[in-house]
Amino acid sequence: MSALAHVTTDPAASTAQGPRATGRSRTAYLLLLPGVLWLGVFFLLPLVQLAAVSLQSRYPGFPGYYYPDLNFANYAAALTDYAPHFARSFLYAGLATLLAFLISYPLAYAMAFKAGRWRNLMLICVIAPFFTSFILRTFAWSQILADEGWVVGVLSFLNLLPGGSIINTPVAVVAGLTYNFLPFMVLPIYASLERADPRVIEAGGDLYANGFTTFRTVTLPMSMPGVLAGTLLTFIPAAGDFVNMELLGPQRGKMVGNVINDQFLAVPGGYPVAAALSFTLMAAILAMVFLYVRRFGTEELV
Amino acid sequence: MTQFTGRAGRPLSPGAAAVLDGMGPRLSRRALLGTGAAAAAAMALASCAPPEPPTGGAPELKLPEDLSDQEKIVNWANWTAYLDVNEKTGKYPTLEAFMKQTGIEVAYSEDIEDNDSYFAKVGPQLRAGQSIDRDIITMTDWMSARIIREQLCQPLELAQMPNVVSNLLQPLKDVPFDPGRNYSVTWQSGFAGIGYNKDKVGRELKSLDDLWAEDLKGRVVVLSEYRDTAALVMQSQGVDITSGWGKAEFEKAVELIEQKIEDGYIRKVKGNSYLEDLTSGNALAGITWSGDIFILAYDTGDPAWTFAIPESGGTLWSDNLMVPITSTHRRNAQTLIDYYYDPAVAAEVAAYVNYVCPVEGAQAEMEKIDPELAQSPWIFPTAEFIADNNIQTFRALEPEEDIEYADLWSSRVMGN
Repeated sequence: MSALAHVTTDPAASTAQGPRATGRSRTAYLLLLPGVLWLGVFFLLPLVQLAAVSLQSRYPGFPGYYYPDLNFANYAAALTDYAPHFARSFLYAGLATLLAFLISYPLAYAMAFKAGRWRNLMLICVIAPFFTSFILRTFAWSQILADEGWVVGVLSFLNLLPGGSIINTPVAVVAGLTYNFLPFMVLPIYASLERADPRVIEAGGDLYANGFTTFRTVTLPMSMPGVLAGTLLTFIPAAGDFVNMELLGPQRGKMVGNVINDQFLAVPGGYPVAAALSFTLMAAILAMVFLYVRRFGTEELV
Repeated sequence: MTQFTGRAGRPLSPGAAAVLDGMGPRLSRRALLGTGAAAAAAMALASCAPPEPPTGGAPELKLPEDLSDQEKIVNWANWTAYLDVNEKTGKYPTLEAFMKQTGIEVAYSEDIEDNDSYFAKVGPQLRAGQSIDRDIITMTDWMSARIIREQLCQPLELAQMPNVVSNLLQPLKDVPFDPGRNYSVTWQSGFAGIGYNKDKVGRELKSLDDLWAEDLKGRVVVLSEYRDTAALVMQSQGVDITSGWGKAEFEKAVELIEQKIEDGYIRKVKGNSYLEDLTSGNALAGITWSGDIFILAYDTGDPAWTFAIPESGGTLWSDNLMVPITSTHRRNAQTLIDYYYDPAVAAEVAAYVNYVCPVEGAQAEMEKIDPELAQSPWIFPTAEFIADNNIQTFRALEPEEDIEYADLWSSRVMGN
């Protein structure tokens, strides 16, 4: 009791303690400042600007000019005219994420448990593509898979290619997305598998679980944080991607990223609709990620 | 009802006027507070808004200080396959000679894929008075018109460009968008028509309908510039593209193109990068620009690449050199532009790019380089050639039409 009274009432003590405590918290705030500034300048400001643009209207008679407005018709246009593009984006991104997962998991598993001295080499092979521009790599694929290229030649010879071409089909787009975002799936899964305690997995065998059951009940749950991170890192950029569709995709059936790009660059006065589309895409992805993390996140990760 | 006007007496934006109208004459305190908040929000929005449109009246051009004497450089933005190049060294012979002759360093970049995408990128920067790191940009007539109308390029000092004054072809001295050529100088002109590989197609393609053949299904590319692609289709539908047509005719052309994409005849709609599809073999034919096909034949060493004006007619356009409003090297740019109006230099460029040369006297110089090319109608077309082949220029569009057609084109042909 007296100790408490001492702290709260003694003016001398509080002045003696005060400066130190506030000094410390001030340092904390100062240390926070760069981060807050960064977020404010490079995240919040553009976001506000984008929101403002998305509500602007075109200036009649002046292509490319706008006036500030509260034009919600931009959002209506974004949702009605371009709903199929949103659906397509999420479908292709979803397929690419699934494919990337199916390819990455065995690869990450092998790297974490079976690779031995090859592990570092495999890691380098996964990371190496980052050393060249991803546009160049996508472009390379458009050359490799060209109609007159050997891949199409061989497949056509074997009668395995009914359409006669790979490039400029949705298959090429999904393949391109899968290829480009593969490292983002492999690395997180590898990281969480690598941290897993092999003794726990062995314990599964000791408890008379067969290989599959051990994997399903022990290994997979332990790697869930990596799977979650990997799927998010793949799905989010893939849903907004336009490069793969641009370079590998068909003329019809574009993704939402292409529409945004077109509205920004090809339509005089398309900025507001493009901004509205960007915002809608952001909100849709946020909602999906929220539901996904709610479903597969936290509880199952423990 | 009162007419609300904004600053400078210009009518308020329709939305704002409607809001003010709807408020009515009597304002309660709550309504006043509400409008205050709305006004604050509007002001916050306004602060982020792009600049206001030019108001007309006396032009008030603020030119940046010219640093040409201190900085001997000029940055030139151009299209692909639009300047003579040495394939082995990757250098541009005429540019090299210019740099040696004048000591001005030229940074040449092929960063224009099509008019819309390039201007959409640099337009906002120019309006905001920011540098785009380019001292010369190369834009097609209609885009030049827009840039000049918006006062986003600098006036040129013709007195500093004697070659241009004396050698610019007579018909080009007074173009509708720039009478007297105070803001722009023609770089090259060219045709849009059918480009194809005669060997791989196995026959001649004479009309636009020949492109929609079963064996070419999915092997055809068309240009993303609607003033070429839609124009050619309109011509094939019997429209005189120089005047007297409207939305109905345009829409009919768009419908056909849309149908051909839907049915899988047209593989891609592209800007200048359509050349890659022709090179890689993804496409064997398409609606293309004249000079590109000659360069393609030269680059690939395959003389089977052929350019033809369809029976129904083709288009003639020009690209123009302009100095963006924020450039600080106008004088250097003028020196460079003038250099390319030396007939000998112009002939050298024309011999490579195979586009219509706008320089008087270049034909005589071409005789020395390649007598055959001097007779080429693709470089030095005669009036009869233009008339006989029904080669036309796309009529100038009103700003409203421009937006409407660009929208239509973007949503139904480009995107989707």
